[in-house]
Amino acid sequence: MINQVSNQSRNDIAENHSDSKTILGFWIYLMTDCVLFASLFATFSVLRNNTFGGPNGSQIFNLPYVLIETLILLTSSFTCGLAIIATYTKSTIKVLYWFGVTFLLGLIFLIMEITEFTKLFHDGNSWHRSGFLSSYFTLVGTHGLHITIGLIWIAVMMVLITRKGLRSTVIRKLLLLSMFWHFLDIIWIFIFTIVYLKGVV
Amino acid sequence: MNMFADILGKLNLNAIQHGPIIAGAQISMVLGGIFVIGLMFYLKRWKWLWNEWLTSLDPKKIGVMYIIFSVLMLIRGLTDAAMMRAQQAISVGSSHGFLTSDHYQQIFTSHGTIMIFFVAMGFMFGILNLVVPLQIGSRDVAFPFLNSTGFWLFVSGVVLINLSLVLGGFSATGWLAYPPLSEIVYSPGVGVDFWIWSLQIAGIGSLLSGINFMVTILKMRCRGMTLMKMPIFIWSVLGSMALVLFAFPILTATLTLLFLDRSLGMHFFTSGTGGNPMMYVNLIWAWGHPEVYILILPAFGVFSEVVATFSRKRLFGYVSMVWAIGIITLLSFIVWLHHFFTMGAGANVNTFFGLMTMIIAIPTGVKVFNWLFTMYRGRIHFNTPMFWFLGFITTFTVGGMAGVLMAVPPADFQLHNSLFLVAHFHTMIIGGVLFGYFAALNYWFPKIFGFKLNERLGRYSFWCWVIGFLLAFVPLYILGLMGATRRLDHYDASMGWQQLFIVAAIGVTIILCGVGFLILQIIVSIMQRKDNQDKTGDPWNGRTLEWSTTSPAPIYNFAVMPEVHSRDPFWEMKKTKQGLENEPHYEDISIPKNTPIGIFIAGFSFIFGFSMIWHITWLAIIGLLGVIVCIIIRISNDDTEYLLTAAEVEKIETAAQERYA
Repeated sequence: MINQVSNQSRNDIAENHSDSKTILGFWIYLMTDCVLFASLFATFSVLRNNTFGGPNGSQIFNLPYVLIETLILLTSSFTCGLAIIATYTKSTIKVLYWFGVTFLLGLIFLIMEITEFTKLFHDGNSWHRSGFLSSYFTLVGTHGLHITIGLIWIAVMMVLITRKGLRSTVIRKLLLLSMFWHFLDIIWIFIFTIVYLKGVV
Repeated sequence: MNMFADILGKLNLNAIQHGPIIAGAQISMVLGGIFVIGLMFYLKRWKWLWNEWLTSLDPKKIGVMYIIFSVLMLIRGLTDAAMMRAQQAISVGSSHGFLTSDHYQQIFTSHGTIMIFFVAMGFMFGILNLVVPLQIGSRDVAFPFLNSTGFWLFVSGVVLINLSLVLGGFSATGWLAYPPLSEIVYSPGVGVDFWIWSLQIAGIGSLLSGINFMVTILKMRCRGMTLMKMPIFIWSVLGSMALVLFAFPILTATLTLLFLDRSLGMHFFTSGTGGNPMMYVNLIWAWGHPEVYILILPAFGVFSEVVATFSRKRLFGYVSMVWAIGIITLLSFIVWLHHFFTMGAGANVNTFFGLMTMIIAIPTGVKVFNWLFTMYRGRIHFNTPMFWFLGFITTFTVGGMAGVLMAVPPADFQLHNSLFLVAHFHTMIIGGVLFGYFAALNYWFPKIFGFKLNERLGRYSFWCWVIGFLLAFVPLYILGLMGATRRLDHYDASMGWQQLFIVAAIGVTIILCGVGFLILQIIVSIMQRKDNQDKTGDPWNGRTLEWSTTSPAPIYNFAVMPEVHSRDPFWEMKKTKQGLENEPHYEDISIPKNTPIGIFIAGFSFIFGFSMIWHITWLAIIGLLGVIVCIIIRISNDDTEYLLTAAEVEKIETAAQERYA
């Protein structure tokens, strides 16, 4: 009996250990992604005034529109947090519900961003126009690409939850997903500040 | 024709490369491939190859595969080098040698790219895979699947870069592809795209491996191994991986931006429309300078292990070594501008970067003196790894001083882009990195395969390398001072350079003999493996944990998890006779199952890269979807490990004991 208990706790320790490895690994991955974005931010800062006769930020950015985008993304981060809290109660329905809301908000954000890009393109302000616009589309687009990956991930996890339930391996992946989603939020705050606010001022 | 353009993008029959030299390379590649495939059919080893090697998640096997690919690529890179030196030895005055300018440019580009990315990086990750888990007393790496994926991405980079020999041709813009030359206007072919995508795929593989080893070192050390009890090799790997994690994302971003310029008509680095070519140079060196230290730090670590073991002495100045590694890691991020002092950033900026560069010589000097003091009054055993060490410390010190010289901006304005610079960095990379990895190969070979490498042939290889290296590169220092610039495929007879170029070409020939002896050494050692078997698991009277387990190390590395109380733990155990139990208590060990998904991910990445190069949209989508589906399959699978029971472990251990008896 005692032996069984100690075995049980040893398995728990092993499980926790593997959790902490995965989470540390994912943190490190996020930091490398941060360096990737830092390179793009640096590029943008170097090229922001290289408009080559084309428009600058204040002529093409629509701040209220971007503010709505921002609020939608921040809300999605909040609902993602609610989904993680729901995993503590092991309520599959709640977890699915909140991830579903997160997915929808993320999708709306993405559609708004694509609409903005399309409008710029049709107005003749595409990435061909100048160094400034190239770096703008690339920086914001890379964030959008990450959001797309996040959406695919959320969808996959929702399928996994329905098929496997909230077992520990699934919850671990949900934790990583939420870290990823919050990380994209933080990056967006920087984009909002450095690209849009500073661009309009 | 239009239909083909829709389906195959830029790819058509004209893309196939012609010419006698290229044909030779193509034929040797095809024959080599047929030979390997034929051998597998003849020996009926396909299943074995697939189950035991290709799909394996055992870091020791992944390490061996890394090193095999690196040695193959070393031969390719050396062939390029030999062609360049032969061209320079004869292409003088009215003679124009045997290579056209364009072909010559492709050759020096592929030489640099292959040697750094596919020889040095591959060899390094190979050694890390072999040694890191064993040395920290761990049964595995932190993320075995990520490790395998990283390796196969490296392989898909290798395949892609060699494919350019057959299709489309390679980049002719130098190994770092500076714009505006590498922009679509000046390099309209697919060569630069081949360069971009082979590096991009291999680079992402390196990043994944970097995450894996970082977490392995931070989380998987055995009981009692605090940070300050880690072997210096592990410290050096920790520094190197920290650099990988900070530097490689910059490479990924930079390559992407260059590709966007070329394919979507963006203006990051173009010379007009608001682009800024010097930004590329800054970005690429913000990755490129740390890259140099990514390669050299593990070599420093290897030498620290080798010199202590073969001097039968504790490493001198452990704490100062750790600090030196830490300082080098930090400083390597604030010196990148010394690669282009001539950009004209101004006196203040140049002074700052010049000073930082000179300061790096201090921690490096600390290490050199620590190694020397380790030998002082030690009982030195002249085995092959020790030869490589002694060769290293002489050449590396000379090359290092040449580096400090060039760190002075006014001097650099004279030496920039000259053969003096070429000689300097080859001294560091051959005399430092490569010698270190050869020492590692000789040193740890018995732990992986259970028998030692032939010492005599190892020494022959060493002497050929050292003499060949000096003959090949001392003339380049002199030529550089005489004004010869790098990447020359022709010069005027009145320059008086030809004799020195001929000496350099002779040097390369001797280096080729060195590689020949290295390969011969491995072949002969395999044939005579019964005679040089390692029967103790501790062939060199070692000091660290890897020597405490049997040779070849079993799949689980350690039957009983070690516990350490000091630095050089195995040396302590041997001295105090504690910790080496006679009747060990075995336990069940869980081991990751083999999986081919890493190969599939790399395969689809290859398809993606290939179709991006040739602008084949539908195929790119297939490649991308393939990668996504593979990842989904992997994350949906919870059943990734199997259990090796205590009884099976005991069986393996007893068999090893009987083998020794």
